[in-house]
Amino acid sequence: MTDNELIWRIAGGSGDGIASTSQNFAKALMRSGLNVFTHRHYPSRIRGGHTYTEIRASADPVKSRGDGYNFLLALGDSFARNPKEGSVYGNEEIKPLSENLDELREGGVIIYDSGLLDASEIENFDERVEENNWHVYDLDLRTMAREQGREVMRNTAGVGATCALAGIELEWIEELMTEAMPEKILEPNLEILHNAHDMVDEEYDVDAHDVKIPEGSHDEEQVLLSGSDSIAYGSLDEGCRFIAGYPMTPWTEVFTIMSQNLPEVGGISEQVEDEIAAAALAVGASHAGTKAMSGSSGGGFALMSEPLGLAEMTETPVVLIEAMRAGPSTGLPTKPEQADLEHVLYTSQGDSQRVVFAPGTVAEAYTQTRRAFQIAYEYQIPAIVLYDQKLGGELMNVPASVFDEEPNPSLGSTLTEDELAEAPHDESGKYSRFQHDVEDGVSPRSIPGQKGGRFLATGNEHTPEGHIEESPENRVAQMDRRTQKLEAISADLSSQDETHQTYHGPDEAEYGLMTFGSSQGTVEEAVDRLNDQGYSVKSLGVSDMAPYPKDEVSEFIESVDEVLVVEMNASAQFRGLTQKELGQYGEKLSSLLKYNGNPFEPADIVEGFVTTIVEDEELTGIETKFVPAAGD
Amino acid sequence: MSAFSAIGEGREVDQNDYTPELEPQATWCPGCGDFGVLKALKGAAQELGKSPEEMLLTTGIGCSGKLNSYFDSYGFHTIHGRSLPVARAAKLANPGVEVIAAGGDGDGYGIGGNHFMHTARENHDMTYIVFNNEIFGLTKGQTSPTSPKGHKSKTQPHGSAKEPLRPLSLSLTSGSSYIARTAAVNPNQAKEIIVEAMEHDGFAHIDFLTQCPTWNKDARQYVPYIDVNESDDYDFDPTDRREAADMMAETEQALHEGKVLTGRFYVDNDRPSYGEEKRAIGEMPEEPLAERYFDDSYEWERSADLFLDKHK
Repeated sequence: MTDNELIWRIAGGSGDGIASTSQNFAKALMRSGLNVFTHRHYPSRIRGGHTYTEIRASADPVKSRGDGYNFLLALGDSFARNPKEGSVYGNEEIKPLSENLDELREGGVIIYDSGLLDASEIENFDERVEENNWHVYDLDLRTMAREQGREVMRNTAGVGATCALAGIELEWIEELMTEAMPEKILEPNLEILHNAHDMVDEEYDVDAHDVKIPEGSHDEEQVLLSGSDSIAYGSLDEGCRFIAGYPMTPWTEVFTIMSQNLPEVGGISEQVEDEIAAAALAVGASHAGTKAMSGSSGGGFALMSEPLGLAEMTETPVVLIEAMRAGPSTGLPTKPEQADLEHVLYTSQGDSQRVVFAPGTVAEAYTQTRRAFQIAYEYQIPAIVLYDQKLGGELMNVPASVFDEEPNPSLGSTLTEDELAEAPHDESGKYSRFQHDVEDGVSPRSIPGQKGGRFLATGNEHTPEGHIEESPENRVAQMDRRTQKLEAISADLSSQDETHQTYHGPDEAEYGLMTFGSSQGTVEEAVDRLNDQGYSVKSLGVSDMAPYPKDEVSEFIESVDEVLVVEMNASAQFRGLTQKELGQYGEKLSSLLKYNGNPFEPADIVEGFVTTIVEDEELTGIETKFVPAAGD
Repeated sequence: MSAFSAIGEGREVDQNDYTPELEPQATWCPGCGDFGVLKALKGAAQELGKSPEEMLLTTGIGCSGKLNSYFDSYGFHTIHGRSLPVARAAKLANPGVEVIAAGGDGDGYGIGGNHFMHTARENHDMTYIVFNNEIFGLTKGQTSPTSPKGHKSKTQPHGSAKEPLRPLSLSLTSGSSYIARTAAVNPNQAKEIIVEAMEHDGFAHIDFLTQCPTWNKDARQYVPYIDVNESDDYDFDPTDRREAADMMAETEQALHEGKVLTGRFYVDNDRPSYGEEKRAIGEMPEEPLAERYFDDSYEWERSADLFLDKHK
């Protein structure tokens, strides 16, 4: 296999500095002119446990983690808890080497720390190396690090060796280390970096293999960030200055970024007793005249169900973020899944009125979070940004210009005191906050403390002034008005210059792939590969979950013979939503599902498509599952 | 200029200003203690010159939640147990607003107990009135967190096997900086206590005994009552945490032995409110956050300017 990309996997134990090392490495490659994409894999443990990060770098755009990888740096798990053979977890220390071999491509490179790892403990290691034409470098990184400074700097030695073998200029790494490290540890780290590099360069044949860093360049300045970063920056640029939350993986990232940045812009972050309180605080802060948000992952979002309903009924704008992880219940806390779609769409009692966006990329996470705030405040409705552990945690380079946008602090449909003076009131002077007949169903609000604006917000059904009222006439008028807002939002979204739905591939195609949220980039890579292989395929990544973009999706489905719907869950929730919203196409939509804790690789989709749709055969692997269309 | 000119307006207010045109006469059961809360609240607000539009009254669900319908101000009738998180966020967003939260004993000490502990712990500058009738009234008489042991109801047909919750002690342990108990049958003391609570710069918790003549017929009308601050029989210093704790324990016990003790049990005027604490560490703006959204001259920060460099 000729590789025009480097997919470098750094593996070790949780606590071995995998995250920081890989982040610097990725940024260095981005600065060198490459496109990068990272994928994190980590267990739900504090220390120890096998973890890795992959960095994919290519001159071409990279939209997913890619298939497998071609360069392994196995550090050895320095926090391994069960070193004894035969213990429950097996020999953990060797896992950074032993657990990663299955996905390493033919002709790939392995560096492992012979100071910690003994390859002879792995069954058939030498045979596998020979079979796959792997190039193995057993380097005593531990001793190198120990001699120069501290043992923990093994990762730097590994990076130095990587650079020598893959042909990466050290200056990019040096620059990053100088920026990121305090002086005290910088010196020994730089020395270790150089020594390891030079040693490998001198003592080994670095050209014995083909895995080399490609060369590339960018047309414009790039930034390296995650979906979590984008969601936070989108919120800040919409003037959100209040967040309330409770820690839960993977939502914690957005909460942390917001909490660290809000003081600098005069905002308020509240870590509170539980997620019921978190969402209720966001509602209270919005009610009192600020742009506010909260969020959680599935379990915590379940607790937000009742404040969410309160926000809907009282028409209090609020933005909630839902970071999906694999469920049910505690599930796989650090693994991605897209199985909370129905939870987010339908939780809370009664007829729900909410907006749900599921951005597909890091850049979309920024623009769609901003749109969520705009819709929430303009239409006085909760808006939810639905993403997952994958989009939240993976870093990719995005043009800096994506974020070069003006802030929008507007409170939307909110009156000033001057406007309130002209607005309708009841005979006692109460402001008619919930008028029956208003354009688009939106009745502008007032804020406590404003003269002439007092009203009652209540979760009970209420009159225009907010009084609790159960008459059928008022009930129907208010229900219809609130429902009307969704129609107005739907029209608003489809009149925007840029749709939230992402099309990829040739306009005229025989087959379609459909997905939602973070699987979008992977599906697009699969589409490119399928077309290269001679199949005629295009894709649609849908972001608007509610209101659902019926026209766009219908048009897409109509334009192809058959559609394979790709999603990371076991119950085909997005396909179900599509059929419910469109009321047809059951015989045209089949599903490719993955719910083993790992995101799709493009090859999963290529193989799934060819096997099931083209060849009409059974899928044999355990990675993915096929669910045929109705009648098949 | 403030976008919220009702705040600190200091205009003359009349008790009728808080009486809504619609439902001017509250529809609680005849003899209900809740009338006493409404009257005392109106009196206190008037005495302090608070205009209805600078007040935000949040309530939960239950008979107490109807307070919003009978007290005319900005109101937020939330959901069961959640008046406090809504209220405290509003206070942080716009500290000039006079924030009062109210709920019943089931609402505040049961389903919302977690919020009660944490709001007290944080010492938000607000008043919290708990209508304590030792029963669930609106759902027709089930045992509540403060029902006495042995209390029989439809859901506890053999009498409650649980000791009642101790609201004053819980409040002290949680961190409230003003704790009082009053009773609907004691309107003057009730009004004075609400005035003090509203003036107090911190979380002021009032356990307000509200008799329920419909569903808690065997309960007392909370008479005669004794004011522990005035009675010669009690000698304790409400600014002393230990003495306050002892007095509270005695008071909670006495209630179930037929003796109604009321008054100020704990007052800590030295502890800074949560807003002050947050401002002191730079995590809350000096100017009310809500004002910023109405200030056309405010220059809103951009992520691209402030945060993007570290990603380059």
